[in-house]
Amino acid sequence: MNKDTAAYLKGKKKQILETWMHNQVQDAALRDDLMSVAELQQQSEEFLSALLNAFGTPEAEDTQSAGYEPINDILSEIAISRARQGFSPRETNTYILSLKQVLSQQLEEFLSDNTALLYREILSMNSIMDSLAVIAMETYIKGREEVILRQTNEMSEISTPVIRVWEGILALPIIGTLDSARTQVVMEALLEEIVATGSRIAILDISGVPTVDSLVAQHLIKTVSAARLMGAECVISGIRAEIAQTIVHLGIDLTNIYTKASLASALKMAFSMLNIQVTRGSKQNTGF
Amino acid sequence: MIVLSKEKLPIQREQDVILFRNRIKELATKTGMSLVNQTKLITAASELVRNMLRYGGGGVTQLEIVSKNSIPGVRLTFKDEGPGIPDVQQAMKDGFSTGKSLGLGLPGAKRLVNEFDIKSEPGKGTTVTITRWKNGL
Amino acid sequence: MERIPILKMGPFLLVTIQVDLYDRLALTLENDLINMVSKTEAKGVLIDISAVSIVDSFMGRILGNIASMSKIMDAATVVVGMQPAVAITLVELGLTLSGVHTALDVEQGMELLRNKIGHLDTDEEGLYDSFI
Repeated sequence: MNKDTAAYLKGKKKQILETWMHNQVQDAALRDDLMSVAELQQQSEEFLSALLNAFGTPEAEDTQSAGYEPINDILSEIAISRARQGFSPRETNTYILSLKQVLSQQLEEFLSDNTALLYREILSMNSIMDSLAVIAMETYIKGREEVILRQTNEMSEISTPVIRVWEGILALPIIGTLDSARTQVVMEALLEEIVATGSRIAILDISGVPTVDSLVAQHLIKTVSAARLMGAECVISGIRAEIAQTIVHLGIDLTNIYTKASLASALKMAFSMLNIQVTRGSKQNTGF
Repeated sequence: MIVLSKEKLPIQREQDVILFRNRIKELATKTGMSLVNQTKLITAASELVRNMLRYGGGGVTQLEIVSKNSIPGVRLTFKDEGPGIPDVQQAMKDGFSTGKSLGLGLPGAKRLVNEFDIKSEPGKGTTVTITRWKNGL
Repeated sequence: MERIPILKMGPFLLVTIQVDLYDRLALTLENDLINMVSKTEAKGVLIDISAVSIVDSFMGRILGNIASMSKIMDAATVVVGMQPAVAITLVELGLTLSGVHTALDVEQGMELLRNKIGHLDTDEEGLYDSFI
């Protein structure tokens, strides 16, 4: 970019910022619920000063050069924080693109009598802003991915509690789809708990599993086999009618596995396996 | 893929296997691999090193810590100069064995790792490479 | 040569594997154990593998062999204390040790063996009854 042009733009910084801010605030996509205008103003000013400085350097058009390091840093920070705050990709990108508009206007004013130069400068400004937009987008997506990864990890940890329902009996209510990653977490949690509590029976309740395909069934069978190798028996409960239908239609063999329709009947079965008898006490002794 | 560390360990006797397993455990622990994944890796290595001793007459193993997309893992290479495997595809099938084993060695080892590669030339020897990533399933 | 000790407790044999096994050691154990079963006429064999961190297909086969051989000699085999990571790996490997009884710890394993003997006794009595 031409030195004079860069100097001119630098001199017009206040005006550019004003128009840019005005455009951003006017835009219907502005999320003032996610970020205050004052915050936006500060963020924008910081970014603009760094950018106008970089315009003046010899390698202005190379956004990978040293002069752009602070800009890329600021931009990444903005994009990541926007990703975490829940901005949409469009809102994030508008930030850069609205500045591009303002800069074009300024260049047009400055170079209205030299069309050839104007054309070149607009082209160079465009290429800089475009590559900045790409960086912003990339960082934004990275930020979103981090959020997703964190949530996935949290979910698989929260959603697999192992409950001790009786001396020697564990219950594991599985809620949500069972994929390979989750099965491994579930299986490990269950087996560890079997060792820790010395429980001989584990009830896997799948009432909360939306569908059982052959892959899910295979995961369940693997869990049961592993528990057996350790010396514990599993009962699978909560098998709904449509799940029983799918299992038979898919030709999945569950004949070697104890299955029960409800958690209550599974518990009853566990009691009889452990030779435990539960009897109703006389009425006077109860609090009811 | 970047190689972060590399070492070689010759295997000539059965007792070498214990040392080899312990060394894998140290490397896997370094990458932060979970106990279950460590166990799977070491078990796979145990199968392959047995094959190397039994059919290849011993050989050399190479242990590496590698990294791909900033996820660490352990890569093991088993190289022998034995008679080789005439039909690799058949050897990879469950239940196939020329010795008196269960025939779970090669296919079982493959199921326990994330990446599995086997190259064999009759008369020249066999090279098996396995990789297990820290968080791979 | 290195050997794994076998303890006799009443009608049962007790083996606790405390070291990492290599193939020849495992084979020696199989041999020693089967000879002990025959010599002592043991009714049950209990193998504690809670300290074992790796069970591969060879070791799995040895455990299966011990169970099948003991069964022919009228002794039940129970493997106790398998670590969760080992169990998951064995399942993935495709080995389910179908002929082997399992229990969580030595105590539960002993109880299982005692129950097995109890059943045998009543079965035999029943057998005599039908003869008379």
